[in-house]
Amino acid sequence: MAGVTALTFAALWLPLLGAVLAPFLVRVLGANAAWLLALAPLLAFAHFASLLPVIAGGEVITGGYAWVPSFDLRFSWLLDGLSLTFALLITGIGTLIVLYSGGYLKGHPDQGRFFSFIFLFMGAMLGLVVSDSLLMLFIFWELTSTTSFLLIGFDHEREAARRAALQALVVTGGGGLLLLAGLLLIWSTTNATDLSTLLQSGDLLRGNPYYLAILILILCGAFTKSAQFPFHFWLPNAMEAPTPVSAYLHSATMVKAGVYLLMRLNPVMGGTPAWETLLPLFGGVTLVVGTLLAIRQTDLKLQLAYTTVSSLGLLVLLTGFGAPYAIEAAALYLMAHSLFKGALFMVAGIIDHETGTRDITRLRGLKAAMPLTFAAALAAAISMGGLPPFFGFLAKEEIYAALAHADPRSIVFTLVAVGGNALMFAVGFAVALKPFLGPVLATPKHPHEAPPLLWVGPVLLALLGLMTAVFSATAHHYISSPTASAIRGSASVLEISLIPHVGLPLLLSALTIALGTLAYWRIDQARLAMATVLRKLGPGPDRGFDYFIVGLIRLSMRVTRFVQPGRLELYITCTFLCLAAILLVPLWLYGEMPTLPVWPRQVQIHEWAIFLLAVLGLFSVVIARDRLTAIVSLGIQGFSVAIIFLLFGAPDLSFTQFMVETLSVVILALVMTRLQLSPTDRRPLGQKMFDGCIAIACGCGFALLLMKATQGPFNNALTEFFNTYSKTIAHGANVVNVIIVDFRGTDTLGEIAVVAITGLAILALIRIRAQTERKLAENDPDAPEGLGVERP
Amino acid sequence: MNTLIFRTITPVLTALMLLFSVFVLLRGHNEPGGGFIGGLIAASALAIFGIARGVGAVRRAIVFHPLAISGAGLLMSCSAGLLSVVFAVPFMTGLWIYPEIAGVEVPLSTVMLFDIGVYLVVVGAITSIALALEEREIE
Repeated sequence: MAGVTALTFAALWLPLLGAVLAPFLVRVLGANAAWLLALAPLLAFAHFASLLPVIAGGEVITGGYAWVPSFDLRFSWLLDGLSLTFALLITGIGTLIVLYSGGYLKGHPDQGRFFSFIFLFMGAMLGLVVSDSLLMLFIFWELTSTTSFLLIGFDHEREAARRAALQALVVTGGGGLLLLAGLLLIWSTTNATDLSTLLQSGDLLRGNPYYLAILILILCGAFTKSAQFPFHFWLPNAMEAPTPVSAYLHSATMVKAGVYLLMRLNPVMGGTPAWETLLPLFGGVTLVVGTLLAIRQTDLKLQLAYTTVSSLGLLVLLTGFGAPYAIEAAALYLMAHSLFKGALFMVAGIIDHETGTRDITRLRGLKAAMPLTFAAALAAAISMGGLPPFFGFLAKEEIYAALAHADPRSIVFTLVAVGGNALMFAVGFAVALKPFLGPVLATPKHPHEAPPLLWVGPVLLALLGLMTAVFSATAHHYISSPTASAIRGSASVLEISLIPHVGLPLLLSALTIALGTLAYWRIDQARLAMATVLRKLGPGPDRGFDYFIVGLIRLSMRVTRFVQPGRLELYITCTFLCLAAILLVPLWLYGEMPTLPVWPRQVQIHEWAIFLLAVLGLFSVVIARDRLTAIVSLGIQGFSVAIIFLLFGAPDLSFTQFMVETLSVVILALVMTRLQLSPTDRRPLGQKMFDGCIAIACGCGFALLLMKATQGPFNNALTEFFNTYSKTIAHGANVVNVIIVDFRGTDTLGEIAVVAITGLAILALIRIRAQTERKLAENDPDAPEGLGVERP
Repeated sequence: MNTLIFRTITPVLTALMLLFSVFVLLRGHNEPGGGFIGGLIAASALAIFGIARGVGAVRRAIVFHPLAISGAGLLMSCSAGLLSVVFAVPFMTGLWIYPEIAGVEVPLSTVMLFDIGVYLVVVGAITSIALALEEREIE
């Protein structure tokens, strides 16, 4: 078992290794680096495939390493039918996508960076689906959002790509935060930190008083990630990404993360009325909205994107439907969809790459030029349409077997599914047939068959769609049944094969095909009709997102302007007012005023002298004619205080105080000359009185607080501890220094980091100021009229 | 401020102050002193030198950019804390060795390394600010 653990760990790291190596390999080998890079996901695929017989035998593989033992956090994974299927899809399709990207972005100056991003995503997604620890699941979840952001915005010089990337990040990342809240709620109410514990605890979650809150938070996470209505809008916009990304992230893998989460939690959260209402409802609406919007599009990728939205809706619907066969149908459709949609996206990319356009109204008659691509497209479309002998057919039969019952709820959802499937059938064939059949239309580029790097992906996926259906018993044994069992939480065996069973499902299939053919026939009219309807409906959630972002920016601008009007005087006034309030108000409010100290009877003559010197310094600050005198006088006062420290037994403190005072005078004098302030203080009298009051309040506050602190009973436990152990443990006689560098050394480390950063920041400020002297002159209260802003 | 006396005496004064700052730094574990105070003394020394002889002279004298010195100090303090990892004791545990150098037992420790780091951070950060401010006077 130790071997499996180490190998699984290695397989999880392989994509990240690819991410590191990709830029170098691409620099050396160019696009052909794809052949070598594809080995990384291929090896991971081989490892996961080798686990198939064990998992098919009903075993669950868990493993991992301690991460933060004191918090009971582990880097741990859980491999059962569901996560293994996902892992195989991610690494398998990932291998093909790496090859495809090699051809698609051949000669692109940033191809290495692109590969890095793809591999990073692959690593994140793989981690997400195998995670056992809840926190790890969340971290990988957000990593997929982040990498998706990088990939959508890959072409970062285009405004649309940047907007789409940001939108996807805001929607999926925001949903991720809600998911985190849900997971923390699970954690704190059940004490379960990993999925395997949760899955074994049966009704722990369903009986939880916070069940509904947890459910809603998790659904928010899953629905945003899996683009359910009304969060669907980011997915079509994400088509700004290069096509390999659309095929990989936004059809086959990442968008299924939400569905994965729902399937994963089905055994512990499913089956409740809320679950069986919310999931089919949102899934059903998404299915219908997605297909209707897909009809409207003329761009090949957008058509496919909207059908992906509806397919995700269908998966959510099935996961939450609750009838027999529904889970099995979801498992079958999950696989079928990844195969045919991945292939169709790659085909759309090939057409775009070879002809220079993706507009379905401008593409005709490519069959002769691109026979292999056409074959792959046709095979994928047949699977998507649910026709034999492809895997999609099995999925569709199972869906109808699950939905078609006599109760009203089932009838409604059956109608929804039939309508949605019929429209998907029409769109699928429109994408796969229209560009290839008919008379040849002129395209921006002269079309010819794609290079092998491009066609190997779609052809293999399409073939796989056929093979899995023909050898359905094997596919079920190794993949579908273990997946369904994991989703259901108990053993489930699939038997459906290509041999048609006469019955209601077959009838519904026939109806779907008839309706779909009709829609395909009339697709141009349907497109125009939908366009009219959408125009009448007005702006959708996509526009709403823009309003939301603009509003957010305006709000933060307003808040920033309110709290930071840009006048230094105002900041300092506010800071010291707050300081005075913090010092004085609690003392007064809680009646903690100190008793006034008794004036000591015997004051030595030299003590009097020092005291007088301090007061003298203070007065000369106040009456000083120019600023330089005031600064130096402040130094006199500070030195007197330092002498007082020295007299009363704090040599270290006094030592430091001397140095700080000296440097303050030097630096303040430098600052004054540097800022070119006028040498005298020209504040009006009223202002001076006000500022003086604040200063007195702060000073009195500090004095009172210190008096109070020294009047309380003194706990000398720490003093004794340090005196006792300073020499014995830390080998130092100077307790102050030993505390600074040894006992509380970590504090000091933080402090010197602050000192270093402050130095950096001040240097930057001074340098910036040198360049924008005039702009910042507004901060100078003595600036001549016309430059400054109005006085408060 | 640039009197002849000031300009003449500054190099000697700066050298003395720097020497004193190292003395204060090294004796800090047993007598009043330490990295922070030592760093402040050294920073004042460099500031004075800068006022008397110009920023360029200081920059030439200390070779590295003050912030680089500061960063090196931070790295040194951090590493002093991390050294304990090698000996499987918690972060920042003080480690001591007593090698004999020329017949004298010299106590060396990660704590001292840490304090030298503090010294360098303080010197670097404050000198960088002071020099940046002084630079303007020269122009």
